[in-house]
Order: sequence, then C-alpha cells, then structure tokens
Amino acid sequence: MASTKKSRTKGFPLEKDDLLDMYRQMYLIREFENASAEQYAMGKVAGFLHLYIGEEAIAVGSIKAMEEKDHILTHYRDHGYALALGLDPSAVMAELFGKKTGVTGGRGGSMHLADVSKNFWGGYAIVSGHLLPAVGLGFASNYFEEDRVVVCYFGDGATNAGAFHEAMNMAAVWNLPVIFMCENNLYGMGTAVEHVSAVKEMAKKAQAYDMPSMQLDGQNVIEMYEKTKEALDHCRSGKGPMFIEALTYRFRGHSMADPEQYRDRSEIDEYRAYDPIPLFRDRLLEEKVTTEDELEKIHKAAREEVEAAVKFADESENPDMDSLGDLVYADPITIR
Amino acid sequence: MAREITVRDALREALREEMDSNDAVVLMGEDIGAYGGSYVVTAGFLEEYGRRRVIDTPIAELGIVGSAVGMAMGGMRPVAELMTINFSLLAMDQIVNSAAKMYSMFNGQFTAPIVIRTAAGWGQLAATHSQTFEGWYAHVPGLRVVMPATPADHKGFMKSALRGNDPVMFIEHSLIYRNRGEVPDDDDFTLPLEGAEVRREGEHVTIASWSRGYYLAMEAAEELAGEGIECEVIDMRVLRPMDTATVAESVRKTNRLVVVEEGWKTLGVGSEIAAAVQEQAFDYLDAPIERVGSLEIPVPYNREMERAIFPNKDSVVEAVRTVMAKDVNTANV
Repeated sequence: MASTKKSRTKGFPLEKDDLLDMYRQMYLIREFENASAEQYAMGKVAGFLHLYIGEEAIAVGSIKAMEEKDHILTHYRDHGYALALGLDPSAVMAELFGKKTGVTGGRGGSMHLADVSKNFWGGYAIVSGHLLPAVGLGFASNYFEEDRVVVCYFGDGATNAGAFHEAMNMAAVWNLPVIFMCENNLYGMGTAVEHVSAVKEMAKKAQAYDMPSMQLDGQNVIEMYEKTKEALDHCRSGKGPMFIEALTYRFRGHSMADPEQYRDRSEIDEYRAYDPIPLFRDRLLEEKVTTEDELEKIHKAAREEVEAAVKFADESENPDMDSLGDLVYADPITIR
Repeated sequence: MAREITVRDALREALREEMDSNDAVVLMGEDIGAYGGSYVVTAGFLEEYGRRRVIDTPIAELGIVGSAVGMAMGGMRPVAELMTINFSLLAMDQIVNSAAKMYSMFNGQFTAPIVIRTAAGWGQLAATHSQTFEGWYAHVPGLRVVMPATPADHKGFMKSALRGNDPVMFIEHSLIYRNRGEVPDDDDFTLPLEGAEVRREGEHVTIASWSRGYYLAMEAAEELAGEGIECEVIDMRVLRPMDTATVAESVRKTNRLVVVEEGWKTLGVGSEIAAAVQEQAFDYLDAPIERVGSLEIPVPYNREMERAIFPNKDSVVEAVRTVMAKDVNTANV
C-alpha cells in the first residue's frame, strides 16, 4: 500500500520513500528465497519449496497499488506476496521450518502461508482451486457493500483447468470486484505453455467472458503498480472483474525437486537480462532517485533481516504435539 | 407444542426462519429461483427474498461450492444447493480440498461454514442419477455430514448448520420429501450436529440405518413384531462425526446387528459401523453383523431391474431373520 502524500518523484508515479520501499521488498524477497533454498539444501526446510525468484516485481508492484481492505489469494508460490504484504519474514521463515511460531503454526508450510489480519487468505496448492473462493469473496464484498477488491494470483497453468473458466464466468456474470492476476512464466511446472494451451496469450482468454484484460510486463515493478491501480479503480467503480496477464520468467526450477531438463540453460541466461531487480535499480539510479550507497544500505538491512529470520526459525519450538488433534472442527464435538 | 409436517416443509421452514433472522444467509444453486428448485424445496423463495438472496447459478457445481466457500470466508452464510448428490462429484475438489481444509490448514485463522444441500434418491433415472455418496463425504475429516430421516431432524439440523462454524454436507433423499412427522413449534429449535437416536426399542436385534433406510427399518420392525421379533431401530442421522457408541450400546442388549444403507456395501458406511461395533462390543455379538446395501451394479433404467438394486422392507426383514437364525453360543454361525 502506497503512502498517501501527494508528492511524486520525477519520472515515477510514486514518491521516493515508496520507490525505495518497493526496491527493498523485492530485494528482501530475493534474499529470503535464496536463504530458503539454502535451508532446503541443509534439510531444515522440507516438502515442496517453490521459489519466487524472477517474479518479484509482480507481487511488489501490484500489492503497492492495493488498499489495506482489499483481499489477496495466491497460488502456492506464495512467499513473495507474504513479504510484500508486510508479514514478518521471521514468522514466514519459521513456517517454512514447520515451527510453532510460523504464520500458520507449522500446519500450512511453504505453500499455505496466510494472515487474515492483512486480508491475506492464503496460498493454495491445488492449481486453479483458489480462483472460486476468490470469486466468493468478491461476491461477499458486493453483498455487504464493502468496496473491497479481491486480487487473485495464479499461474498460466491454472488457465487450462475447469475451475478457471467457472470462476471467470461467475465473476463476469455477477459483475464482481475481482482481479484475475495471471503470472505467465511460460511453464506450467515443466511443460511449456504452447504444448498445453490453445491460446499462448493468456489475456485473450478473458475475451470469452467479455472481461476486459491487460497484458503487462511483469518484470517492470512500476508498470505493475500503475496498471494494477487502474484495474483496482475499474473494479471499485462497479465495472466488474479485470484480467491481468503479467509476463514473467522463473529463474529457478518449479520447485526444489525440479531437475530442469525441459529448458536450456541459455534460455535462462537470456531472461537474466530481464531480472526485475537490476532493471529497477538501474532506473532508480539513472533517474537519480537514489545512490549506490543508499541501495547498499537496503541490501545490508535485507540480508540482516533474512539472517535473523533463519536464526529465529531455527531456534523456534516445534508445535506442541498435544495440539495435533485441534483445529479439525471449529465447533466442539462431544460424542465419544 | 408441535405440528405434523413434511420433510420438505421442515426444510422450507428452517431456511425461511434462518433467512429472516440473519441477512448473511443466502440460497444459491441451479434452478432454485425462477424454477423453484428441482425438488420444489425453495419454491416461492425468489418472490419472497429477491435475487439478492436467492441466487440462480450456472450449471457448474465446482463453481457453486467454490464460490460459496469464498462467500463464507467473507462473512456470508451460503446454502449451496447441488441438485443431486450425483452432481456433487464435480464439486469434490472444493468440498474436500477447500471447505474441509481451511480451518486446519491455516491454523484456525478462519473457517468456511457453508451448508451444501444435496439429494440422494432414484426413480428410473438410470446409472448416473441414482447414486448416493454419503460414505465418500463421511470419510473426510473437517466435514460434518448429516443425512436425516425425520422432518424434525431436517429442520433442527439445517438451523444448526446455518448457525455453526463448520462446513456441513446436508444430504436429503428425493423419496422422503413427503414423509410426515412432528416438528416443535419453536423458531429457535435446533439440534446438535451429532449423535444417533434410538427410535424404537427392542430386545432381539438392532437395526442401524439413516435417511430412507430408517423408514425401511421401521417398516421391517413392524412386520417382525408380528412374529415376536422385537427390533431396536437406530437412526444414525449424522455420519460424521458418527455416533457408533449408541449402536454398540444397543448391541450389548440385543447381541445382534443389521446395518441398512442405500449405498454399496463394499467400503460403505455400514462397513464402518460394523467395524466400530466389533471394536466396542465384540464379546456381546451372538451372530455375524449383517449388512444390507444396494447391488453393486450401475443402476439400469428398467423399473423391475432398478427395484432389484435397492434395499426394501423385505430385504431388511430377510437380513434380520438371517442374524436371528445364527447363534455363536450354539456354534450355529
């Protein structure tokens, strides 16, 4: 969420504090993900670990445009959104470690981060499964006249599933304030888009539901911010849902278990030129918004924050085994 | 005070009373509004409550349940109607992976208290429209699964489901909507969403069933009483959490058990009841537990063939005679 001051930095739609905060978030996510991978290699983090490296501009830019009351649901590659929303990196890392101090108490793990106090309704691990609850939250926003927009993030892979089409149709026919934010990173796990989707440009799929769409440069954090803001305004003005295709690239494997035999090293190297963090840094320096020294301070602080998060996670307690059977039902069960 | 009403009217009263007392309650489903519901439960509701609260949905069961989950997360109390339980299979992911998981997976931060109304039943509708799947849903931790028989249970459970905080699979049966029974005259009449009920006391054999099977058990008990066999009939009512202790308690008295269901016996609810009873009352059983279920054949359209598939009063009577003829004490098992 952007600060409310009127002043803007020349060449940018935001003031310096917000720009540097966005840069800090992107850098923090990158450092956090690198540390997650390290901890996974050391056996401290288990299960599936899906890294957001290369896609940071999407979460950071779009979340900056949102209001605090707006809802977020994401796919399972969810660390970036959690950090961009301001969840404590220590509690997020502790969740990856499966600890009691984690954001979901060690029950959710990497794929199921959530913090309802920030209207972050969680990461979901059934591809396309969260699009329908997103529609329902949008319905509730209209029903109670809350003026809240739901931003639902998912990958290109989800657009081929039935739930996607049911969700798109329902959101359109009920005129709901939902932004369908498709991160097209060109691969659904290890299968390239062209092998599994009849339409290569995801934004075209919105046409089937008479839904307006945008195709954005997902490596450009400023574009993500500005265009998401437009989409939010569109939804808030009662014009119904919006589809956004953010073009991006995942620099690491689908998960840590991915040997990456489906793409050439040269392809990854080619896309390195579109790394959103150096792109944003160069622009900030070119426009003289900041200095190398100032950025180095941000880097150092982020590294320290991540180091502290790892230490916190490592030193935290496991959940109490006595609590294992809790939280299956919200209301009590009394029968024997 | 109480009145005698039908199962259908009990449901209508429950929905109306909860809609009147809580603006968050809405009805959604295929053809529930303008059409009135395929089993006419919601006829007239659209005129009474308007399109804001009576929502005709696309024919998209996954979408109906999935969006209902989100509505519940957002503070609404949706009653998501799936025209028949056969179609609920299209919604299985949202029922099992979303509704049943939210509370636990996100460490108790929120719940998805949806009520899924759906109907089992048959009537020359052929293979894909004549099934019942309560056992599939009762298998899943996090769901509450009710399958009531009496009008009072339909009303009391529905009202409790709409006031509770857990997702509820509310399974009706198309062949009992017109069955009648007494329902208390009380706008606040609710029932806990758990516990089996002994509906008829008897000393010779216990029959456990639910939904339409309960009525078959009562008819069979009536007939058998004429021959001097006194059946204790238990209405299971709620299949998750399932009260098998009440069945075991009864078996400690009767020493014999027959379980009646319309589902397939193999891996069915009856199998679970039989297993639980032998765990809890093994020493009290004088005969092997008899399970009555439907034939494990896709249901044909032909009337005579269809009738042969499902349990009826006679098949329950026969099962009771089978357990009565056996006695472990005389090695006649």
